[in-house]
Amino acid sequence: MKNLVYIFFFLSLICNAKTITVGKTYPVKTIKHALTLAIDGDTIIVTKGVYKEGNIIINKKIAFLGKNYPILDGQNKFEVLSVAADSVLVKGFKIINSGYAALDDPCGIKVYDRNFVRIENNILDNNFFGIYLQNCKNSIVKNNTIRAYGKQEQLIGNGIHCWKSEHLQIIGNRISGHRDGIYFEFVTQSVIWRNISNNNIRYGLHFMFSNDDSYITNVFKGNGAGVAVMFTKNVKMFNNYFEENWGDSAYGLLLKEIADSYIFNNRFARNTSGIYMEGTSRIKVEKNVFEANGWGMKIQASCMENEIVNNNYVGNTFDISTNGSLVLNTFNSNYWDKYEGYDLNKDGIGDVPYHPLSLFAVLTENNPSAMILFRSFMITLLDKSEKVLPSITPDNFIDNKPLMKSLPL
Amino acid sequence: MNRIIKIILLDILKNKIVLAYTLILAALSWSSFALEDNSAKGLLTILNVILFTVPLVSILFSTIYLYNSSEFIELLLSQPIKRRKIWTSLFLGLSLSMVLAFGIGAGIPLLVNAPDSVGLMMIAIGCLISVIFVALAFLSSILTRDKAKGIGIAIMTWLFFALLFDGIVLFLLFQLADYPIENAMVGITALSPIDLARIQILMHLDVSAMMGYTGAIFKDFFGTSIGLIVSFLLLCLWVIVPFFISLKKFNQKDL
Repeated sequence: MKNLVYIFFFLSLICNAKTITVGKTYPVKTIKHALTLAIDGDTIIVTKGVYKEGNIIINKKIAFLGKNYPILDGQNKFEVLSVAADSVLVKGFKIINSGYAALDDPCGIKVYDRNFVRIENNILDNNFFGIYLQNCKNSIVKNNTIRAYGKQEQLIGNGIHCWKSEHLQIIGNRISGHRDGIYFEFVTQSVIWRNISNNNIRYGLHFMFSNDDSYITNVFKGNGAGVAVMFTKNVKMFNNYFEENWGDSAYGLLLKEIADSYIFNNRFARNTSGIYMEGTSRIKVEKNVFEANGWGMKIQASCMENEIVNNNYVGNTFDISTNGSLVLNTFNSNYWDKYEGYDLNKDGIGDVPYHPLSLFAVLTENNPSAMILFRSFMITLLDKSEKVLPSITPDNFIDNKPLMKSLPL
Repeated sequence: MNRIIKIILLDILKNKIVLAYTLILAALSWSSFALEDNSAKGLLTILNVILFTVPLVSILFSTIYLYNSSEFIELLLSQPIKRRKIWTSLFLGLSLSMVLAFGIGAGIPLLVNAPDSVGLMMIAIGCLISVIFVALAFLSSILTRDKAKGIGIAIMTWLFFALLFDGIVLFLLFQLADYPIENAMVGITALSPIDLARIQILMHLDVSAMMGYTGAIFKDFFGTSIGLIVSFLLLCLWVIVPFFISLKKFNQKDL
């Protein structure tokens, strides 16, 4: 009986909520007018059209829906949509031309210190920042298409920018042409799932001080500097694609000062460097594919206790490179296509340990110009003798159980 | 001129060595593509063949052939034929047979297994390298009348370009590591045809690595169409210059 009372109570609340339709042919012509009429729990439906109303501030708990993608134009002067209430739903808008300012970062959609906000199915075009979540909790950014046309790092903001938030879900967005596709700073216990972030000026995904996050099944392709994960712990990176990040300081995945993380089943293809690790510790890199990269993995000597197991290294120019002789990481049971050993007892594991670090990789690390001698017969000869009797490369930099056949990944 | 070329070509074909060379190239190329699971590694094997075996065979065979046919050359000289014509026909005949051997031996498997820009580049480079080392053979055999000495010079030439030159470059690289020498390095490679050939193929084979900082400098030069044209012109110079020096010497030589 008590439950029934509750249900009736909630039903009555829902029934009380009204729907306000905004459009040229409706009584309510402007969004701002609709917002003044609305109370908590109402729905505002905006019909097709172009709305140039400056900065629209949503400060009530409403559902803010666009029908047939109405255009909200910031005229290159204003922040287009500001969300300043909990539990707001923003869905189905085309938001264009936000202003540009270095001090207060005008955005397509910005959420200020709120919880339970959903931003879904919007198209953001040519904004300074795309979607900005500032100090938010339990919010969802889903299926948005975010485009910008930045030329210079300083003159464009990030696609999805999250700062000091927790429990966020960033799902199914497409981001291109921004500075960083997705930017996380002090964001914890969040998930980034099924996004496509390509051709951004700097990073496809940029992580700073964001613990206990996961990113799963994303595609990061052709970004200026790839993906960076820095100063963070407990990050899980599963099933992502890191592709075609080309340039001297472009990395498929840049790991700097990371601890206790897990990199599983990702594909690194055609990057200048697949993974670059600096100051990382206790990371497990498992069942990834490194394919046709310039450097499969650059592990600096400042890394320790990382485990690299069961990966495929296929067709990389260099599989591994490092900048010192200290080896505190373990390599085990990987498949290296450059392995030349044999397997007498046919257990699928090579009988001779493999030295993944080639002499030439070390030479180019010390003296990048030496790259011009690559694949020279002389260098091949030096490499071969170094493999047999390591002198310059650390002799404990080995995979003791190299696989004879590549893993089916 | 055509008739002399024909005679020389037939003579070389009768000589079983070029045939054997063709077969060995074919065996190497086909097996390297068949044995490796990805064609990139097959390409690498052929790259090593181009940079190592092709120059060696071209220069050695041509030098020895020239010495062995000295009587034939003298016979031709007694006929009313211009010296320039004889020497050029000899060069064309030898080059043609070497290019044919390379084309049939390595070119066909390349076309079948890697019919893309890398494969085509390798065929072009391989043919050019063959001709370059035939030209160098002409130069080394005209320098001395002594057969042993001539072959010695040929082997030294090959050794220099295949091995020593890179050793010297490596040494210089590390001695001058503190200076900005990337651009100078691009210039230095022009001094060795094998290096030029190697870098051109590298630009296609290891694109990702070449996008790194120094790689980018090399790519800015060699990777552009101007760089491509310049390096092919340089390779052609490596044919023309040695051959014309040898031609000049042959014209004045007292046989």
